[in-house]
Parts: sequence; C-alpha cells; structure tokens
Amino acid sequence: MKLDTTGLESFPTLLAPQNDVVGDLSAAPSFDLPNSNDFDGFLKEAIQMVKPAKGTTTLAFIFKEGVMVAADSRASMGGYISSQSVKKIIEINPYMLGTMAGGAADCQFWHRNLGIKCRLHELANKRRISVTGASKLLANILYSYRGMGLSVGTMIAGWDETGPGLYYVDSEGGRLKGTRFSVGSGSPYAYGVLDSGYRYDLSVEEAAELARRAIYHATFRDGASGGVASVYYVGPNGWKKLSGDDVGELHYHYYPVTPSTVEQEMVEATGA
Amino acid sequence: MSIFEYNGSALVAMVGKNCFAIASDRRLGVQLQTIATDFQRISKIHDKLFIGLSGLATDAQTLYQRLVFRHKLYQLREERDMKPETFASLVSAILYEKRQFGPYFCQPVIAGLGDDDKPFICTMDSIGAKELAKDFVVAGTASESLYGACESMFKPDMEPEELFETISQALLSSVDRDCLSGWGGHVYVVTPIEVKERILKGRMD
Repeated sequence: MKLDTTGLESFPTLLAPQNDVVGDLSAAPSFDLPNSNDFDGFLKEAIQMVKPAKGTTTLAFIFKEGVMVAADSRASMGGYISSQSVKKIIEINPYMLGTMAGGAADCQFWHRNLGIKCRLHELANKRRISVTGASKLLANILYSYRGMGLSVGTMIAGWDETGPGLYYVDSEGGRLKGTRFSVGSGSPYAYGVLDSGYRYDLSVEEAAELARRAIYHATFRDGASGGVASVYYVGPNGWKKLSGDDVGELHYHYYPVTPSTVEQEMVEATGA
Repeated sequence: MSIFEYNGSALVAMVGKNCFAIASDRRLGVQLQTIATDFQRISKIHDKLFIGLSGLATDAQTLYQRLVFRHKLYQLREERDMKPETFASLVSAILYEKRQFGPYFCQPVIAGLGDDDKPFICTMDSIGAKELAKDFVVAGTASESLYGACESMFKPDMEPEELFETISQALLSSVDRDCLSGWGGHVYVVTPIEVKERILKGRMD
C-alpha cells in the first residue's frame, strides 16, 4: 500500500500540469526558508553579518556664528578596519549637512533620498526647505520603516530663514532639536571634551578647534574611531569645509614627543 | 566576542642572522575602550630569552609571574640559564596543566638565542601545543594582518639593523588594520653581544 501524500504538497503543483514551462510560471515565487527554530533570531543575525556597521564619532553644535559639524573617517567590521577614508559628513545641499553613524548604506541612501526631497520642495515652493522641515521629512521616512532593521543615527545641520538649525534623527524614530549633539561609539569621549569647552560666543576658529579636539580625543580612546578628523562650518552663506586632519599626525601635534636626555653615560675607566 | 580579544594585542617575532627580534603593540583596552598605551606584553626571562604573551592581559601577567618563578628555581638548582627549547617545553607544560578546567587565555610567543647563539622562535596555543618556525611567528588580534605583512616583508638571514626595520614596519602596518591593537610599538632586537630595546611612535587611533 502506498500513502497518498499529494495533500501535503503545496497548492500550485496540484493544479499545474507536468509541463516545465507552465509549471514554473504558475508557482508562486518564494525563497528557501532557513533551517532554524529561531527564525527571527536568524534573520537579525544574518542582517548584522551583511551590514558593515561602523564604529563612529560624529558631533555638531550651534554657536554664535552658525553650526560646526565634525566627524572621523573610520569604517570597521568587528575588529577589522575596512577603511580609513570614509566621508561621514554628507552634503545634502549647499546649506545643509547630514552626519553618518550606524549602517553606511542606510545613511548614504536615505540622505541622498532626503536631498532629492529637499530639492523638490525648493522647486515647488520657490524657497529652500527649513532644517526643521528636512529633518522631519527624514524622521517620518525612518519611522515608517521602524523595526525593519534600518540602522541610522544622524544629525541634520544647516542654515535656513530662521538662522542655524540642528536636529538629531535616528532609525528608532527619534527626532530631537538641540544645540549640541554627538553620535556614535566614540560619542561619550567627544561629549567630554565638547561639554567642557563649549561656550555660545565661540569664534569660528575656536569652535573648529574644539570640534577637532573632541574628535581627536574620541579617536584616541575609541578603537572603532579614527582616520581623519573633518570639520565643516555652516554659516549664513552655506557650508564650508574648514579642515581634514589625519589624527595620526594630530596626536603628535597636540602632544609632541620630547626626546629624553641621557642622564648619565658610561665612560671607559682611566688607568688603575 | 572571544575572551582572547578582550584586551587586544599584536605580537610578532622574527629570526635574523645569529639574532632575533620580538615586537608587540602597547595598547591595553577593554573591548573598544583604550585604557593604557604603555602596556608591556614582552618580558625578559634572561639576557638571551624573551617571552611575549598575547591574549587576556590578566592571564598574561599571572602566567609571566609563574614562569619567572619556575625559571628562578631552575637557576638555583642548575646554576645556569634555561635554553630556549627547555623554556618552551616548560611553558607548554604549565599551559597544559590547565587543559581540563579552564586554560590561561594566552597565546605565547617565545624567542631566544640557544647554544652557539642559534636563534629560536616558537609560539603556542592556549593549552600548550608548540609550533616551531624557522622564519617568523605572530599572535594576537592583529595576527591575520601580521601574517600578510611578515609573509611579504621577511627575508632570511637579515642583519640586526635590517631586521629591526622589517619587524617594525610589519608591526606598524598590521596594527593599522586592527581596531584593538596599536597605539605605538615595543621592539627588542637581540644579538649575542647586546639587547637593543626601542619604543616605536605609531598612529594613536
């Protein structure tokens, strides 16, 4: 006797004739499922493996003359340093910058997407979008994908009709207005320097130096941050890149090594 | 994350003509956080014998203290220094003692000058499996990149000065691809007549 197992087979094969061409077309397309009991856990792990999540230090703050934005340039995958020259400050338009922390692809793609939306707003309304509006556009998109594995931690900084603007936006749906932010694995170290050196009436030069120092100290303590410390300034006339210093050189600039002097030298003993 | 990668380390030893060099990074971290940049991973057992202990720093220090103790007992009983081969066997035996109920989380690198100043280098896993090499040995979180650097930069029978240059370049370029090691370097070049110790300036990120 043979068991009739046709009832266990999936629906399309029951109906489809044994014709290869037609059979493939009528079957619903599907992926093979992973052979695992913990399906959600498997999925999360798989996504984590593909995503080059970067250890990062980024910061931005508002001061008297505008907004200062700075970041490091390292991309790492676990303990491996995959790049020392990543652009983590994304130029959305001549008056607005975004910073990148979390998944590289997620940040790059959604900032480019935001750039398009900002330009369309400009064409439709004959005026530039406000920083408030732009950040809300991004936050709303990210919120609509919440829980689907996006990893974005960003700051939107710019200059609009109301003056300087700064918002923190993340993939969990958070959106905060503020005057001082730092995002990434090196942010606690950067905050330490930033908070102790910050004043509202800083000059552009002083503010740039504070931002650079904060990034440098973060790269020193945080293994996942390093490379180049880039500093951008956004003023009434748009953004400008002020500097990009290799932190390998910055360290010896801040802490020069003084050659140690020999305290005592051995001398050949003269006759007995 | 492996316990071997908790503190981060990079260790390498190379053989030259009647000499050897052993080098390490100087970082001590707790995962990604850098705690110190003047950490010692290489220690002198006697004038012609050095050991570097990569892996978990607390085990490296404990193991070092036990090894020094055993070497001093040997010196008292035998009235001479240990040969590198003998010392390697001692390290191996001490590591294997802990085979069953939790090993020292260290991968040692041993380098020394033996009888008639023949250089000797070797490494081990954390439970004492010896691995002898004629050219170079590496260990630590930067070991993959160190293999690459050494494989392409090493030449046989180098004089001490060239050996120093080679091992330093190999170390510094390797740790630039590793988040958990670097922050300067420490190099010993040992010849039959002298030991040269040098601190390397490196990228501090």
